[in-house]
Amino acid sequence: MLAVIRPDSWNYPLFVHVLGAMVLVGALITAGTAQALSWRPEGNAAAYSRLSFRTLLIVAIPAWFVMRIGAEWIYSKEKWADVPNEPDWLGVGYITADLGGILLLVSVILAGFGARRLARAEGGSTILARSAGAVALVVLALYLIALWAMTAKPG
Amino acid sequence: MSWHDWLLFLHVAAAFALVAALVLYTVLIAVIWNKDVPRDVARLFGISKVGDVLIAVGSIGVLVFGIWLAIEDDSYRPWDGWVIAALVLWFVLGALGSRTGKIYDAIRARARTLAQEGSDAPNAELQAMVQDRRGLWLHVAGIVTVLLLLVDMIWKPGA
Repeated sequence: MLAVIRPDSWNYPLFVHVLGAMVLVGALITAGTAQALSWRPEGNAAAYSRLSFRTLLIVAIPAWFVMRIGAEWIYSKEKWADVPNEPDWLGVGYITADLGGILLLVSVILAGFGARRLARAEGGSTILARSAGAVALVVLALYLIALWAMTAKPG
Repeated sequence: MSWHDWLLFLHVAAAFALVAALVLYTVLIAVIWNKDVPRDVARLFGISKVGDVLIAVGSIGVLVFGIWLAIEDDSYRPWDGWVIAALVLWFVLGALGSRTGKIYDAIRARARTLAQEGSDAPNAELQAMVQDRRGLWLHVAGIVTVLLLLVDMIWKPGA
């Protein structure tokens, strides 16, 4: 029903927001998978860690900005700032997006240092690379909660 | 949370899985593009297993939950123009995905065979397969189709 009554001008920011979020989730899954593969003893930890770091840096970070800009754009279009009591789903979206952004940055830094350390000394995954993978998966979990909140719109 | 909300969540989650798979494959194609050592290529294809699961779950999920939503929601009908357009795009995506999959499955299989044979030297045949532009363009066509699907889902022309 919302889609039917939504003005056309809201569709552009919604498209930007959803596309950014989709690419962000894809980048987190790719980076998390690469880090998980780097934990295997027979795997090439350095190559997988480098892949994870580059995916987070080149794909996930720009996608986060696209998602976040789209969110602010649609927030202003829908004039939520004029509403005295914002719905719960909007709060969930803000918290997960911003907390996820900070954790994403932490993950990129850890992955970068982890990949660099592994490139210097082959022969096993470092704690930094492993931590980066774990943080990326936490961010992914946060965004799945956000996805549920955005579609189910509790409150 | 109503039944409709659950259906919408599952439909959108499936769409996220579908796009996530395309992102993963794009990263994979980019990272193997300049690789010619069979063991390196075979190893990097390790991440494609997750993509294979995501594309299967995502493509079936969007179709099943999407049709279910169109039937369940009084605002839409399964024969609405934008729903028919989505179905056509879904079949186009399936056809493109099938052809793309065959090309990259062949690269994965060749890289594994060469790696198992102990070939650690750069392989010109493998590099030619990796840099075959047919696979790349089919993948790009798949991305364009998904973007059109997203436009159709958001704008719902004719709804």
